[in-house]
Amino acid sequence: LETTPRERFEQVVLPHMRAAYNLARWLTRNDEDAQDVVQEASLRAFRFFGGFRGGDAKAWLLAIVRNVCYTGRHRAPEATVAFDEEIHDVGDEAPGPEGLLLQQASRQMLMEALADLPVEFREAIVLREVEGLSYREMAEVTQLPIGTVMSRLSRARTRLRRSLRERMEGGPA
Amino acid sequence: VSCTRKGDRLLEAYADGELDLVSSLDVERHLAECAECAAAVESHRALRSVLTGAALSFEMPEGLEDRVRAALPGAAPLARRRPFAGRWLAAAASLPAVMILAAALVLASRMPSPAARLDEEIVSAHVRSLMADHLTDVPSSDQHTVKPWFNGKLDFSPEVRDLAGDGYPLAGGRLDYLNGRGVAVLVYERHRHPINLFLWPDTDGRPVTPAESSLRGYNVIRWSRSGTSYAAVSDLNVAELRQFKEDLTR
Repeated sequence: LETTPRERFEQVVLPHMRAAYNLARWLTRNDEDAQDVVQEASLRAFRFFGGFRGGDAKAWLLAIVRNVCYTGRHRAPEATVAFDEEIHDVGDEAPGPEGLLLQQASRQMLMEALADLPVEFREAIVLREVEGLSYREMAEVTQLPIGTVMSRLSRARTRLRRSLRERMEGGPA
Repeated sequence: VSCTRKGDRLLEAYADGELDLVSSLDVERHLAECAECAAAVESHRALRSVLTGAALSFEMPEGLEDRVRAALPGAAPLARRRPFAGRWLAAAASLPAVMILAAALVLASRMPSPAARLDEEIVSAHVRSLMADHLTDVPSSDQHTVKPWFNGKLDFSPEVRDLAGDGYPLAGGRLDYLNGRGVAVLVYERHRHPINLFLWPDTDGRPVTPAESSLRGYNVIRWSRSGTSYAAVSDLNVAELRQFKEDLTR
């Protein structure tokens, strides 16, 4: 009772399609492109599946989704964060005691604040807080050193926190 | 004067649960005597809990999975939407193959430790329940329907808790086979992500070893309590799954 590669693919990779769609949806910021990305990424994944040597299928699939998002015609038409991440690290404000304030942020407000982040930062937050990846898994998906993963995530949080604070202080219009 | 460690990445990594034991102890020693850094860690945690609690995940549109399957090379254009009875028959027919696959997976993993093997079984059972359209044997959101359903099917009577008020509606119950014995599975949902909760009594006096692990993109938390062993598995992230465990054991 041998399983065919297709069956194995369906069992190992396809259970993570929901995560693939979620990442694509956050990176492209629209449903139609996200569906295209998932279609294309799944086909690519199937083609490369022979080279998949076990391990974390979710991280493996998300890495492909990410590549499709960034290289294909779905490339988000926005400026990427081009400045040197290490140099600009120092000015980050440390988080203040705003836990209570944050807890009043509505889901809608969180969605908007996250959607407005530059794509690298958005990606870091989505992989960590929405998909629950570890630093190591994030490094696997993004093909970045763990130190860079950490600094991006940290900066993403600083930005998100600032954006939420502004939105909340702006109050309901 | 501001503490020099305030902006330290290690604080954030600590709040993320990513530090090894030695570094964690080091950070904890510092937090005990530095209110500034302790507040920073609290603030990291606050942001995390707001984000993970807000269900920021987008639901996959209906039909996308079918289209992806149909587009794969070598796709038999199988009708995915089988009538209900047909689905049950198909699930039953595929059971032997699935069991052999599960056995093969266990063998292929080169004699892992018993704990790792158990996690492997738990995740396999979870995936199987999602694949074979066989999440529940008794689909019901009512604990008073699910609990009696297990009567006579197992040598114990599982406690079925209503967690709908905590945001985990019950989807139903199922029988499964784990670690060489029949176990009860309660299926809860969190923002439409299924959580499989396996439970069985410690009849052999050896409760499951408490642990958290992550396997093939799924998180597993095991614990035991009052003579019953529990294992929760889901594609929810580990913080959410921990919260589920807390709400369940509260």
